[in-house]
Amino acid sequence: MLVNLISGDRPRSTILTILLLVVLVCLALAPFLFPGVRPLDTAARICVFILLVASYDLLLGYTGIVSFAHTMFFGFGAYGVALASIHMERGWDALLVGTLAGALAAAVVAFVIGLFSLRVRAIFFAMITLAVASAVAVLVSQLFQLTGGEDGLTYQIPRELTPAFRLGEVFGVRINGRILNYYLVFFTCLALFLVLLRIVNSPFGTVLEAIRENDFRAEAIGYRVVAYRTAASCLSAAMAAFAGSLYAIWLRYVGPDTTLSFEIMLDVLLMVVIGGMGTMYGAVLGAVIFVLAQNYLQTLMGAGAGLTQGLPLIPQLLDPNRWLMWLGILFVLSVYFFPTGIVGRLRTGK
Amino acid sequence: MSEPILQLDGVVTDIGRYHILKGVTLDVPRGQVTMLLGRNGVGKTTTLRTIMGLWRAKAGRILLEGQDMAPVPVSSRAALGIGFVPEDMGIFSDLTVEENMILATRSGPLDPARRDWLFAAFPPLRTFWRSEAGNLSGGQKQMLSIARAMAEERRLYLIDEPTKGLAPAIVSTMVGALRELKAQGASILMVEQNLSVARALGDRAAVMDDGAVVWAGAMAELSADPALQERLMGLSVEAH
Repeated sequence: MLVNLISGDRPRSTILTILLLVVLVCLALAPFLFPGVRPLDTAARICVFILLVASYDLLLGYTGIVSFAHTMFFGFGAYGVALASIHMERGWDALLVGTLAGALAAAVVAFVIGLFSLRVRAIFFAMITLAVASAVAVLVSQLFQLTGGEDGLTYQIPRELTPAFRLGEVFGVRINGRILNYYLVFFTCLALFLVLLRIVNSPFGTVLEAIRENDFRAEAIGYRVVAYRTAASCLSAAMAAFAGSLYAIWLRYVGPDTTLSFEIMLDVLLMVVIGGMGTMYGAVLGAVIFVLAQNYLQTLMGAGAGLTQGLPLIPQLLDPNRWLMWLGILFVLSVYFFPTGIVGRLRTGK
Repeated sequence: MSEPILQLDGVVTDIGRYHILKGVTLDVPRGQVTMLLGRNGVGKTTTLRTIMGLWRAKAGRILLEGQDMAPVPVSSRAALGIGFVPEDMGIFSDLTVEENMILATRSGPLDPARRDWLFAAFPPLRTFWRSEAGNLSGGQKQMLSIARAMAEERRLYLIDEPTKGLAPAIVSTMVGALRELKAQGASILMVEQNLSVARALGDRAAVMDDGAVVWAGAMAELSADPALQERLMGLSVEAH
């Protein structure tokens, strides 16, 4: 049954299986294992980014399409929830309408971009997506009255998902709406991740891999490459929008910096590469490592600097303000030692 | 004689600023093997790629059972029943042998009887069925490439140099499999440099030179006339 659930896509490495199980258990029990606001926030971000990175891997790793518009679709989902929550009554229907509208808008825009530009060479497609994403980011900043501009939007979500809603105690942990909100994010991300696994392991996914490898050949054996690429692009965009909606439900705030910035796009790209392109499980490991590093590397370095205070140079190198430098070094090392990503390395041993 | 399955009439193809095909006229009879022969660089591969739509014909007509192929996109040509084995084999290295075969069956799942027949013709495919195709040897990749075209019955097979660079033992496996395909009544247009293979399989022959077909007739006639071979190709069947 478990094999069916993961669509027969076994991790094919004992270490990888253990790592994935550890991640699953830690995320499933995060409110109980890591109590506190910050750990729960980190766990929710990990869930959202696993889905976002996996959806991008469908495009980059499985279809061979380089797009810079992925965070734009992420933003569509987030702004969909925000706008629906503001313009409709506070409630579940607003979340549902916002989520579906965001996903639909993302799929339609991906369809239009794909139809016009997936025929051209990969580099031109990447440039077109970059241009469209930049234009949308500028538009969101300019349309202040609708989007809140650079300040973004804050809104209310159903009371059941806020800390004010209290249910009692379980294993010494106070169960409130925030924890319910976390589980909404966790289970939705898990379900959508399994859907993505099903997609890449279906005959459709096999065709996408064939197209990635040799699009002329795929066309010659009868597959309409543009149609398949466009379909993959729409699916990937809709999934990114779902991730954006969940992020908006979790944060109760959307702004250009949290959902549309080019920095997030680069982060997603790095997570895919570090985890391993063309492997959905790579998205899991890439997102976990990256988000943990983003959230805790600074703290870890602060502790290291404190411990080595008597030594020359080392405390300065471990100064928490230099965390970005160390993050960069970590990425260079990971790409050097794991050219096929962590999952690729664990699977092949090379 | 019945209507040819494929007719090329004055086909002209340019690649960039180079004029490669300068008016290819050729009939491929139904249920026979037509060998496309000629020296390197005379346009044999370009002819197959033009039929497949991978190069656009600038002028002339390509008719498949009377249907003009000009408006038909590449993917639809495959759906019309043209099986193409390119010179570079074109296998998908990251996919398994099984996945490569499944991709090639457009009319439904791979027929088990057909699969068993292909296993008998190309035994390594059974051995490496679940392995990544990229790990196969050159000969095994070629077997997969041909088996993929044979995964279901096609109206026409276009095969580009199936024995190129292969060991003699693998060449004989290839010839055996193609003979079986021929015995089933398949229509095949095959580019081949190895004249002994051409003689073993071919019913008809068309010799190309400088982007055009300069001679067409029975393979037996060409085989029996060393002077003709020498004149057309600068080669002799007896030399192979």
